[in-house]
Amino acid sequence: MAMPYLKIDHVDKSFTRGAATTEVLRDISLTIENGEYVSIIGHSGCGKSTLLNIIAGLTPVTSGAVLLENQEVNSPGPDRAVVFQNHSLLPWLTVYENVSLAVNKVFGGRKNRAERDEWIRHNLALVHMSHALDKRPSEISGGMKQRVGIARALAMEPKILLLDEPFGALDALTRAHLQDSIMDIHMRLKNTMIMITHDVDEAVLLSDRIVMMTNGPAATIGEVLPVHLARPRKRLDLVADATYSRARAAVLEFLYARHKAPSIAA
Amino acid sequence: MGAANLSLAQTESRTAKVVSISKTATPVAEALEPAAVIPLGKPGEGWKKTASRWGIWWLVNGVPPLITLVLLLIVWQIGFSKPGASLPSPSIVWSEASDLILQPFYWAGSQDMGLGWRVLTSLQRVLIGFGLAAVAGVIVGAIIGQSVWAMRGLDPIFQVLRTVPPLAWLPISLAAFRDANPSAIFVIFITSIWPIIINTAVGIRNIPQDYRNVAAVLRLNHIEFFFKVMLPSAAPYIFTGLRIGVGLSWLAIVAAEMLTGGVGIGFFIWDAWNSSKLPDIVVALLYIGFVGFLLDRIVAAVGNLVTRGTAAS
Repeated sequence: MAMPYLKIDHVDKSFTRGAATTEVLRDISLTIENGEYVSIIGHSGCGKSTLLNIIAGLTPVTSGAVLLENQEVNSPGPDRAVVFQNHSLLPWLTVYENVSLAVNKVFGGRKNRAERDEWIRHNLALVHMSHALDKRPSEISGGMKQRVGIARALAMEPKILLLDEPFGALDALTRAHLQDSIMDIHMRLKNTMIMITHDVDEAVLLSDRIVMMTNGPAATIGEVLPVHLARPRKRLDLVADATYSRARAAVLEFLYARHKAPSIAA
Repeated sequence: MGAANLSLAQTESRTAKVVSISKTATPVAEALEPAAVIPLGKPGEGWKKTASRWGIWWLVNGVPPLITLVLLLIVWQIGFSKPGASLPSPSIVWSEASDLILQPFYWAGSQDMGLGWRVLTSLQRVLIGFGLAAVAGVIVGAIIGQSVWAMRGLDPIFQVLRTVPPLAWLPISLAAFRDANPSAIFVIFITSIWPIIINTAVGIRNIPQDYRNVAAVLRLNHIEFFFKVMLPSAAPYIFTGLRIGVGLSWLAIVAAEMLTGGVGIGFFIWDAWNSSKLPDIVVALLYIGFVGFLLDRIVAAVGNLVTRGTAAS
């Protein structure tokens, strides 16, 4: 049997504060193939961001392990670039400089100055931000900031791109626009992506598989739903598509019938 | 994009204006030449506008303190013009010490020089002491802000030491250095370092977790993190500390020089007091006030320049 690209192997996570221990994740096992787009969906507080941080290496596991290409992951690194929910651009750097910080660090030894410059511009062109290279984050819109955040992550040439509710803070129109951009980038670069979301439509539209998490404490994977929709996917064509509707219904059923949020259930 | 278009339109507007007057432009031509649409003032109106803006600025910011000053001088003059008054009135200060105001850089040997030179000597001490305090303060502040154990170990000690008045350090300093000049510099250093340390530490502790995550994903090492994330992120706090620090240094230098002697504005005051030249002291106070004000403004201006764009978005 071939080794999976990413293997999350019986991961448990609990946080201890003083005498109290809270179990957040229990026995999470998941394998992801190269080039796959996987969404993780669940109610607030189910630990999906914790799971992403564990894959990123920002949070250590309590037990179990994460293996990327058969190597254990236990510290953060540019091979698992993160697109943060609130863009996390450094406000004193321009758009270009924010990406160049990453590129210079990751490719400092491998590419010369001209190649790095070319690579920075290439990645910003990929997210359609070439017009604002010298703008600071405070001078561009929320959607544009998130684009730059995506360009910065892509520019690290990661093995896996981790997206932590990347469009959560954006308005619906901007969000749709960026979802199309992400689909386009995924089509072209064929990179592996893991996205945290709480938007059912977003999950179905973008993913090859949807990982549905049960409610915390001690959340785990409730169900994994494959989405058999041909790519490229067009938002408008899918509205009436039966497969799309069935996948959407399955996720909704999981989230709102079988695993209601604690606050809704009460 | 919008901004770039606008500036382009403005540079073109001069030539474009001639076109729009001499020719009757068709709607298409107007659309192609956005510059022609922008209304432009008559030539020569620009400097008038600038002048009037300056006039208004003066009226709002210059006149009120001027009125206060005149009133103050009048009260002072009336209050101390009786014969046998304990302090000199403004007119006496002017008649006896106007040379100190008018010739700040006059030079007649090391015992007899203009106040400008004395202020510069004091400033040199402040510059060395404050400069050392700035470098050391930012480094120590960064360590305390970054490490919980460093904070636990050092913070209580610093909280005690920072309450020690500047002059209380002087005897120890004199004993250690056996020379007036380094002692004065040390007093400046030890006075101004505390607000720099404390503010830097607060600034470092307030670096958003997001920036730390970015640095972690990029695997920035300690030095890269210090220069590329820590310093820029904490810059507003650091400059608050520097500004308080420079104010304290200027407070301390005058007091220290009064005791250590030699050249400097502080010793000048002490010397003038010993030879009962009260008008000289009044002038020296004015110098100290103005220089202190300038120091504060310079540090604030540098801070504004450096922290431009640092405000989180």
